[in-house]
Amino acid sequence: MDFSLVQRVFPFFVEAAWITIEISALSLALGLMVAFLVAAAKMSRSLPLRMFGSAYVSLFRGTPCLIQLFVLYFGGPQIGINLEPFAAGVIGLGLNIGAYMAEAIRGAIMSVDRGQTEAARSIGFSRSQTMRKVVLPQAARLMIRPLGVNAVALVKGSALVSTISVVELTYTAQRYIGSTYKPFEIFGVAAVLYMLIVYVVARIVDLIDRRYAIV
Amino acid sequence: MQGLDFSVVPPYADILWMGVWWTVVLTVSAAAISFVFGVVFALVVLYAPKTVALPVRAFMWLFMGTPLLLQLFLIYYGLGQLGFKIPALVAGIIGLGLHFAVYNADILRAGIVAVDVGQMEGARSLGFGRFQTLRYFIVPQAVRNTIPAMGNNLIVLLKESSLVSIIGIAELVHAAQLAISETFRPFEFYITVAALYYILNLVLEAGLRRVEQNVEVSR
Repeated sequence: MDFSLVQRVFPFFVEAAWITIEISALSLALGLMVAFLVAAAKMSRSLPLRMFGSAYVSLFRGTPCLIQLFVLYFGGPQIGINLEPFAAGVIGLGLNIGAYMAEAIRGAIMSVDRGQTEAARSIGFSRSQTMRKVVLPQAARLMIRPLGVNAVALVKGSALVSTISVVELTYTAQRYIGSTYKPFEIFGVAAVLYMLIVYVVARIVDLIDRRYAIV
Repeated sequence: MQGLDFSVVPPYADILWMGVWWTVVLTVSAAAISFVFGVVFALVVLYAPKTVALPVRAFMWLFMGTPLLLQLFLIYYGLGQLGFKIPALVAGIIGLGLHFAVYNADILRAGIVAVDVGQMEGARSLGFGRFQTLRYFIVPQAVRNTIPAMGNNLIVLLKESSLVSIIGIAELVHAAQLAISETFRPFEFYITVAALYYILNLVLEAGLRRVEQNVEVSR
């Protein structure tokens, strides 16, 4: 173990960790928006919308995230989409995690007892009122955990954007492994930072979960 | 902006098929490792003495908290530094295998704990040793109960196998990159690759569903 190397490269890794945090946070925000729209589409009364929702989830979950990033970043210019690596990373990761989160949201909504909907409808609530005032508030609590699991997966998945040359943690690690030939030390530094981020995300999810827990 | 032209793809069909083949080989080999080591890790964490269990626990914790891509770099360059000259393909299989072994172990551990204690007591009282009881009674039941969850890991494994292209293994993504370097048509080839993964995924899901049904029937 070469600790002077660790000391020397650490500042660069901290900087890179911020990029990982930024990209995760932005794609999480985008992913949540996409997820709610896709979940709504999948549960709507209109057949074309339902088909769109199902196709979206199936396609984005049925193919590797890496390929989705490559289509967007390398293939995009061919269809007139020119994106910086960072933007392509955020959009690619966001669209991908959105498909997974849509299923988490849908699962939570479906697990609210049907009796709640029937009762609300029978006392004169409209479909949208029932959803907004009865079902969603109960489902919101149920989706915190599964969405949290997705958020943690997203932090680790953000390593993929290193392949489209976003200078985040994994990219930095790869570069230093290549230039120093000290894979264990470099991995150690990057691993500590990843696990710190993952730990903080998990703690935040815990806090939110406890804040909205019944009892 | 150039128009899209998928007619550039068919001339590279042979290379892409080789890519599909290697992706399947990678996935199957890594899946075998991930299952065997998943069982081993789960048993070690549950039953081995602390001196063995703790390092394995630490390893699992480390591999669950960091990205697969980073682990692949560690294994590829790390084993080289330790003096093991292994080809990228082997490093990729070991990396994928160990990564998913950790996730399988986590599932199996819960599955083993969930097997009724009566099974252990019954087998032990019939005279089976501790190891025999695990081998013939506990682990088979735990494996059967966790097949759906481990099947999900396998589905993820198939997709994540695309990452090993980064350390230069000639699987499906790498095949596409080769074709792109000659044609400069990333969109057409990556969409084709996405479609191929999608089909592989459908086949795998159908296969897993059949396995699960057979397991249900045999109960």
